[in-house]
Amino acid sequence: MSKATTNVDFRKVDVDQYEEEKYEDDAVVDDGVTGPNDAEVQALIAKGRLADALQTVLSTPPIASKNPAVKDKAAQVVMKVLTAFKAADIDGAIKNLDQNKLDVLMKYIYRGFEMSSEGNGAQLLVWHDKVFAVTGLGSIVRVLTDRRRV
Amino acid sequence: MSLYSFGLDPVSCHAWNKDRTQIAISPNTTEVHIYQKSGKEWTKIHELTQHSGRITGIDWAPISNRIVTCASDRNAYVWTLKDRVWKPTLVLLRINRAATCVKWSPLENKFALGSGARIISVCYFEKENDWWLSKHIKKPIRSTVLSLDWHPNNILLAAGSSDFQCRVFSGYIKDIEEKPGPTAWGSKMPFGEMLLEQGDDGGWVHSVCFSPSGNSLAWVSHSSTICVTDAANKKTVTQLKTEYLPLLAVLYLNETEIVAAGHDCCPYQFSYTGPGSLKYIGKIDLPKQNSKVNMSAMQHFRNLDKRATTENENTDLETLHQNSISQLCIVEGDRSKVTKFSSVGLDGDMVVWDFKH
Repeated sequence: MSKATTNVDFRKVDVDQYEEEKYEDDAVVDDGVTGPNDAEVQALIAKGRLADALQTVLSTPPIASKNPAVKDKAAQVVMKVLTAFKAADIDGAIKNLDQNKLDVLMKYIYRGFEMSSEGNGAQLLVWHDKVFAVTGLGSIVRVLTDRRRV
Repeated sequence: MSLYSFGLDPVSCHAWNKDRTQIAISPNTTEVHIYQKSGKEWTKIHELTQHSGRITGIDWAPISNRIVTCASDRNAYVWTLKDRVWKPTLVLLRINRAATCVKWSPLENKFALGSGARIISVCYFEKENDWWLSKHIKKPIRSTVLSLDWHPNNILLAAGSSDFQCRVFSGYIKDIEEKPGPTAWGSKMPFGEMLLEQGDDGGWVHSVCFSPSGNSLAWVSHSSTICVTDAANKKTVTQLKTEYLPLLAVLYLNETEIVAAGHDCCPYQFSYTGPGSLKYIGKIDLPKQNSKVNMSAMQHFRNLDKRATTENENTDLETLHQNSISQLCIVEGDRSKVTKFSSVGLDGDMVVWDFKH
């Protein structure tokens, strides 16, 4: 594509900073949750207790953390758990999750799509399909609207 | 249930007159059309064309027979019927952004108007100067007010806003009414006092509705959830995460049954019986059975010729509405026992639904 020949830096000026009543999104308060314990989860995966590993990672998501490194690390751990599953076991694991955990799981699935490392794609799509069958469109809408991002 | 199509344009808002023989709608333009029922058809009898911006809210006061309309031109007019013509009176709103929603209070001596200026205007008629004045509720609203509903006591006002919060304010105007007694929501109620602020984690609050007694408040949010807060039980909030697309309108049918509708084009029934127990009951629109009738050879050939397919693909939705439902309104029955309610949507249709208690 052709390169822009005129100066377009003006588009990067932040005009919102001059707004007097600017909306500050301060709803998410950091509650110190720093994500699942990596070593513990690895141990569970090694022992083959994948359903338990899933429960563990979904119960401590670092949603409120303002530190992106914490969130990235947690997301990596979740990806490890999700890819360790065999396709046949996914249904059983999902059955034991409550509504809140299913929403968190859907958030991680979409986070996984974002990170898009090679190999994960097909497995993530299988997860997405199975979770969608249980929770419907509502959980996808909640991934998009929820300000507590994973 | 009965369906009537007002054309191809979306119906942005609607309001019924007292005996439900006339309906005021806006076909997503700057005009309000009033239709009169004649048998099964509706014929247009009036066009109200004072606004210069798209109409965003209409409300028809049943007893005093006045219509209030608000639009994106930052104005609101109160219309009164004189000699079979509707005459507008401008309301001095003093807002600098579009108005989004308007509702008459139960006693019809005032109305509340929400706007994009982050303000709720509570307007009342001042006899000395013969005009409508407004008082503003500003704090702590931080974004556009999307929906309003009055409490049956004519004082409290619930507002849903795009700052993800649902709030209850006092709309008490001391010039026109007496001091209210304490309610389950609070006892001190000067004008603009906020008695509740409850939010979701994300998702605009599209619609709010008080229960018939006023003791509980339901709202629907863009995060595909419906919440109910119960003043009689320490304002505890019960939230139900639905598996459907976001709901846009909510209405109480009696003290426990709630109907809500939205982007799924179908009204859903919910039931709230106490803190922690908000349940989904079912769809009110039962989908028509897809009849797999054996097609004649002629139809087969016609399909092949027109669409290069031999299947009878029906692209219509299974629900009565073919596009999102934007508003629900009571048609028959009073607030505590609604037997018929109407829905209008972006498909230009108006459907009247029956409900058995």
